[in-house]
Amino acid sequence: MTAAAEPIAYRRPRARLGRRALPYLLSLPALLSCVLILIPFAVAVGYSLMRYRLNLPMLRGFIWFDNYRQFLTDPAFWNTVGISLLYTALAVLLELLLGLGIALLLRRPTRLNNFISILLLLPLMTAPALAALMWKLMTNPNFGILSYLVGLAGLTDFRWASAPSTALLTVVLVDIWVYTPFIMILLLAGLRSLPRQPFEAAALDGVPASFVFFRITLPMLMPYIITASLFRMLDAIQQFDIIYAMTQGGPGDRLMVFQVQAYLERFQYTNVGRSAALLMVLWLITNILSNIFIKNWLRLRERAHGHA
Amino acid sequence: MEHSSLVGKVLHGLALALVLAFFIFPILWILLMSFQDNETILRIPPSLFFEPTLANYAALISGKLKTAAGTLDIPFTHNLFNSVVLSAAAVVIALLLGVPAAYAFARFRFRLGEFIAFTLLSFRFAPPLLVLVPLLQIYQYIGLADTYIGIVWVYQLIALPLILWIVRGYFEDIDRDIEYAHRIVGHGWWNTFRKIAVPLAGPGIAAAGLLAFIFCWNNFVFALVLASADKQPVTVGALAFVTASGIQYGQIAAAIVLSVTPTLLLALYTQRYLVEGLSLGAVKG
Repeated sequence: MTAAAEPIAYRRPRARLGRRALPYLLSLPALLSCVLILIPFAVAVGYSLMRYRLNLPMLRGFIWFDNYRQFLTDPAFWNTVGISLLYTALAVLLELLLGLGIALLLRRPTRLNNFISILLLLPLMTAPALAALMWKLMTNPNFGILSYLVGLAGLTDFRWASAPSTALLTVVLVDIWVYTPFIMILLLAGLRSLPRQPFEAAALDGVPASFVFFRITLPMLMPYIITASLFRMLDAIQQFDIIYAMTQGGPGDRLMVFQVQAYLERFQYTNVGRSAALLMVLWLITNILSNIFIKNWLRLRERAHGHA
Repeated sequence: MEHSSLVGKVLHGLALALVLAFFIFPILWILLMSFQDNETILRIPPSLFFEPTLANYAALISGKLKTAAGTLDIPFTHNLFNSVVLSAAAVVIALLLGVPAAYAFARFRFRLGEFIAFTLLSFRFAPPLLVLVPLLQIYQYIGLADTYIGIVWVYQLIALPLILWIVRGYFEDIDRDIEYAHRIVGHGWWNTFRKIAVPLAGPGIAAAGLLAFIFCWNNFVFALVLASADKQPVTVGALAFVTASGIQYGQIAAAIVLSVTPTLLLALYTQRYLVEGLSLGAVKG
């Protein structure tokens, strides 16, 4: 070994090591925050297996799956499951239909259409809790403009979120107001990115509009529709802000969706164990959904960036 | 859609007008309400013509609220201040943590990187209360409960995945040859990162930061669980305000207007990047 060769031989593996460590160093802070999320998650799993009530601290202890077993025969739990699923299904379905319709209306990139699509983003950028307060003011029985308008239409005793029969529809309406623009702008971006040739060919051949829509537009738009709907489903099944700000889960237990129920279970009835178990059930649902979502989302992402 | 017929054009215009009415009317109506006194608000039928008053805003900003029961102190400006501090601090930290990580994920293939990126992403979709409830107890134990630092830290759950995935896309879109060319003349990776990659991804980074700010500002449940009245942002403060003020509807409307204006203005400013941001980088606008 010569004196001149030594530093080179010494340097090379070190440089390689440094290069290999670099990505880890760069992502260290993000890793740290990852760990700090996983700790409370693990604690939550622990809580869900415990009898843990803040008002009865001496009874605290592991009861394993008893919290979950109790759900099976608890009508309140099944009410929560039913309402959450109904809320999600109604909200996402209506938002999808409406969002697709609006995206088709705004499809041509004219200046007016672009301006309208920007205006439509405003509800989406309004905090959902504040949007709920806005609608609460508009549906107030004494002076709400919407109560006045439905009164003109003959429905003088329409009580919106305070009546059990219309509460769900009212919060779904607020959800539609806030989140339809989300589906609309994703589908609009999708529509505008579709290749032109199939549509030009169809126009040349005089193919009817309904055929073009169902056989060309819709299938080509499907990846966007699936990703946008899954995204919305994931958020809707966890809806908290709108419902809590509007009715806190009432009237009665009419709007006790998962997170509202879990919140009240924890902060009103101080039953930490039961609340955690309820959230674990919700997590199981969202985890399945998010795995499907991420697969679809990655495929779209690859398309947008041209590579994986 | 093309409409050759006049009827088609009219229907198209009518449909668009209905859409605009549904989505924009509530914002305009609340804005009008915020300039009305209670008497005007309670008048039936409602009218678009009224004498505008700034009393609602004056009451909110001075923090003195006149109710039937007497004068009430309302810390609404403090809520606004909390929203600014919490959201801005959360975004700055998320950018410091997220941008280097996003660069690492874009430029190097390593298993831990994918694990971090996807764990953070999957927690974006996990129920927030699942993390918040145990975190509240942990915070109480280690003394972070009801502190700005504690709340800003959880806001990373909102801001970090967003910044990580959007900025990663922007780094991936940079031609690697530009970076190679810079490195070949003898610059290290840090210099390349700072002088080439970050400036090229600059607009994307800025947009991701502003979007993260909007989402932090709009968040409700995190502060509801973790913050006492003193640390509450506007979303939680407005709800408490509704309960406290009772029937001062004009002031509630004014509080809503003040709370949503910053995010709506930011949204208009960043609208070019919103599609990409909202889809976490999956769809380009």
